Parts: sequence; structure tokens; C-alpha cells
Amino acid sequence: MLRMKDVSKTFSPGTPDAKLALDHLNLDVHEGDFISIIGANGAGKSTLFNAICGTFLVDSGSILLDGRNVTMIPEHTRARQIGRLFQDPMRGTAPDMSIEENLALAAGMGGWLSRVSSHDKKTFRDKLALLDMHLEDRMKQPVGLLSGGQRQALTLLMATYHVPKLLLLDEHTAALDPATAEKVLDMTRSIVEENHITCLMITHNMQSALDLGNRTLMMHQGHIIYDVTGDERKHLTVRDLTDKFRQISGKALDNDRMLLGVG
Amino acid sequence: MSFDKILALGQTALELGLVNALTVLALFLSYTMLNVCDLSTDGCFTLGAAVGAVVAMAGYPLLSLPAAMLAGMLSGFVTALLQTRMGIQSLLAGIVVNTALYSVNMAITGNKAQLNMNKTETVFTFAKTFLKDTPLSGQSKLIVEMIAVILVVLFLCFFLSTKLGLAIRATGSNADMVRSSSINPVFTTTVGLCISNAFTALSGCLMAQQQKSFDINLGNGMVTVALASLLIGGVFFGKTRNVPLRAVGAVIGAFLFRVVYALALRLDMPAFMLKAVSSIIVVLAISGPYLRTQIPTWLRAWRASREGGRV
Repeated sequence: MLRMKDVSKTFSPGTPDAKLALDHLNLDVHEGDFISIIGANGAGKSTLFNAICGTFLVDSGSILLDGRNVTMIPEHTRARQIGRLFQDPMRGTAPDMSIEENLALAAGMGGWLSRVSSHDKKTFRDKLALLDMHLEDRMKQPVGLLSGGQRQALTLLMATYHVPKLLLLDEHTAALDPATAEKVLDMTRSIVEENHITCLMITHNMQSALDLGNRTLMMHQGHIIYDVTGDERKHLTVRDLTDKFRQISGKALDNDRMLLGVG
Repeated sequence: MSFDKILALGQTALELGLVNALTVLALFLSYTMLNVCDLSTDGCFTLGAAVGAVVAMAGYPLLSLPAAMLAGMLSGFVTALLQTRMGIQSLLAGIVVNTALYSVNMAITGNKAQLNMNKTETVFTFAKTFLKDTPLSGQSKLIVEMIAVILVVLFLCFFLSTKLGLAIRATGSNADMVRSSSINPVFTTTVGLCISNAFTALSGCLMAQQQKSFDINLGNGMVTVALASLLIGGVFFGKTRNVPLRAVGAVIGAFLFRVVYALALRLDMPAFMLKAVSSIIVVLAISGPYLRTQIPTWLRAWRASREGGRV
């Protein structure tokens, strides 16, 4: 499904600030995997996602998506197969445009000069109704008026409007209040399961990293230091994960949010 | 002021306002929708005037309009290329193109800073001949301009509701989101600037033909005048998100700007003050909302510092 071979990326190379964000990283993601990714700040989790999306080109190595080498393919072209949600609910939608217009862009419709038809509108309405946030009655309102949770739910709908091969979730519930976060996470789970989307999710919540999905990766200094799945994963506890981290990286997890299992 | 005078004043304001409205609509697309402040507007306006004048003087009055628009489109393409593919900041790209356009415009006119079109057949004289012996013959100027403005407004209303138009609006609102919709923001920016500059050039072309003369400085300060008109228009329909209404608001703004200017001239304001007035309008319209939130803070800080001194 997704194969990353020997992928490296250095930021500000050749300066005192040079940072090796991805260090000869190898990753094989199988069709239907739901992988949670944990790691301290600066471990390279978001950089990994940026590399997959093509936000920048990697320095070396190759990225294969569904058998096709996408290493040099520009971000907007890769976006046809990849859906992505960010921590910031503002990033996935255009605030000055209405819900309907945002959905129209995600839907892609026909040619450049095609317009939203009444049939499109009905489809949008039906899809919005699934979110159970009464957004279907506010289609003409600008997205800027929506709450963070509503915007993130809308972004989720847009990112999965055409079922992507790969869905990347970058702490997409971290900026929401606990109740809304729970709701958006449930929504994510049901959309992913229903459409059998292969999914990678970065989270700071160790408990949900273990609860969700079938595989967990731990990252440290641009490496994947721990990759667990199957029976071994079933019996893991948060305490095991932190111990594992100390054992492999040689130091304690310095992130309180992770230890406390919040966020 | 007699009624006749008011009527004449209104007529002039309407004629000039409608020509300017095309540039205002161009900025409506680039500034309001695409969120790019296109500083090549001045040069592009003159470019349209130069191309239109030269083509009309060669004996092709009708061809002058598409020719000017094509030239404007090219200019917009270069501005877009500089800022999307060559790493030049958006504002600087506009300024660089604007400067280069002076040379281009002089080259087009054959190194002449002025062209006289008194005996040239223009779209306006063409319309006059066409409308001869009809009750509308006296208003040929207004009619040509009105048709141009209405066509451009209709085009914008249609265009901005298409997928490409929505993508252009989204580029101005959140370029990340455009990319994740599998659309290249480089493409949308380029298309948006090409179209907006075509309208700017059309505006310049009509201005020169209406005045029956071309001047190399015709477009100077046009970006500020148009921006002022756009912001005045925003007072009426700025709150609504309805694109057609806002486009109409832009046209009304262009007309009102001319009315205010004509009234100021009546009140003995010297003509050279036009540009200062438009600058002040732009400053007030943009900084007004900012100052409205800041002034109470300043007052509070001032009061606090005074009270602090007393204790």
C-alpha cells in the first residue's frame, strides 16, 4: 500500500541549525492498516506525514503509494489519493466560503467551468446529515462561523469525500474539547471502517494509540524505534509503552501530555 | 448649482466611473477574491490604453478591445509567473512588472509619450455612427461603457461560481485547502491574474479612446483610485457574501468615487488633489476598522499611566 524506503530529510542542511528530521526511515503499510503513531515532540511524526504528502521532496530514498513511485510527484497531485487532517481545524477549510462551496471543491465535480448542480446539493446535504451536527441546514453559511469541532468534522467529510487510498490524521482531535474530540474520533473510526481506508494517526494520547487501530509505531529522532502489532500489542499498557521508550531511546519520555494520556 | 449642471456633473461621473469600474472589478477579482494586491495595475492600465490606441489608429477600432485584453492577460501572466514560479514576493512582482511596462508601453507607441486620437475611429465613434438617428445617439459613450461593465459583471458572476472560480476564491482564503483538493494554487493564481489584468487593460483601452488621447502617465495611481472605489463599494455590500451583489457594489463604488471627486472639484479642490484624496480614502477604509479596536486600548493605557503617576 505505502512503502517508504530509506527516506531521509534534513532541514536547514549545512547550517548550525541543521536537523535530521527523518533518518533512513523504512516503513511498510499494508492495505487496511490503521496505524497509530506516538513519539515526543520533534520526533519526526509530522515530518513523516509531510514527506508522504509531498509538502517537501525528501533528500533521499523513495516513497511508493499503491505500487506507484510518488517520490517526485507534487503535493496537489498526490492529494488525489491522500486525505489529511491537521491539529488546527482552520487548515482544512476555506473560512470565507460557504459550507456548500467548500464541499464543491472537495467533490471536484466535472470540468473547470462546471457549477454546483441541485443534484450535487442534495448529495452534500445527505453527507452533512451523517455528521449529525445540523450543518445540512447551514449550507450557505461561511465556514468561518463554525466551531472548531464542526470545522474538523467538515474537513473529515471533505478529506474522505472521494475515498482516499490513505488517510493521514495529524493529532486531529487535540485542539477540541474532550466531548467534541470523542465525537470526531468516533466519526473518524466509522468512516474509516465503512470505507476500509488505510489510515495513519498521530496522537499524543497513549491510551487511544493502543485502543484504536491494529498497529502502533513509536518514533524517536527520525527513526521508527518500535513497531508493534498483533498479540503483542493486545497486551500492551500505557506503562509498557513508556518503559519501552526509556529502554530503546535511553531516556524517559519528556512529554507530560503523553505520560498523562491527555490531548 | 443649476439642475443642468448637476445632470452634466452626474453624466461625467457616470462615464468616468463606468470606465474605472472595469479596473475596480479587476481588483475585485485579484484583491478581494484572490487576495493578491496586484501593483502592476497602473502599468497594465496604460498598456491597455497604448495597445488600444495603436490598434485603433491602425484602423481597427473593434479589434482594439480584444487586443488590449490579450496584452493585459500577458502582463498578468508574467506577474503570476514571477510570484508563483520564480520566488519573488507578490508585491514586488507587481512593482517589477509595473516598472517594465513603462518601457513596453513606450515601445508600443513608438517612443511617443502622447498619442492624439481626435481623428481616429474608436469604439465610441463607431457606436455613435451605429446609433445615428436613434434617440440614443447622444449617449453612445455611456452605452458602450455600460455594455462593457455589464458583460464583465455577468462574466464574473458566472465565473466565480464555477469550479475554477471557486478554486480561485479558495486560493485567496486558504491555499493549503486548495492543494488538498488536488488543485494547484499556482494554476489558480495564474488564471486569476490573467483575467483580472485583461479587465484592467480593457479599462485603460476604453479610457484612452473616450478621451481621444493617450498619455504614458494615464495609469499613474490607478491602483489606489480603484482600491478606494472598491472599498467605498464594500461599504454597501461588503457584509454580504453574495458575489453578484459585491460585484455590483464595486461598480457603485467606482461611480460614487467619481461623484465625490467631481463635487470636490466643484468646491474648488484643485484637480491634482485626486490622488491624495484616493490615498486618504484607502488609508481610512483599511485602517479604520483596525483603529476602532486600537484606540480604546490606547486610551486605557493612557488613563492607566496617568493614574499610576498619581499613586
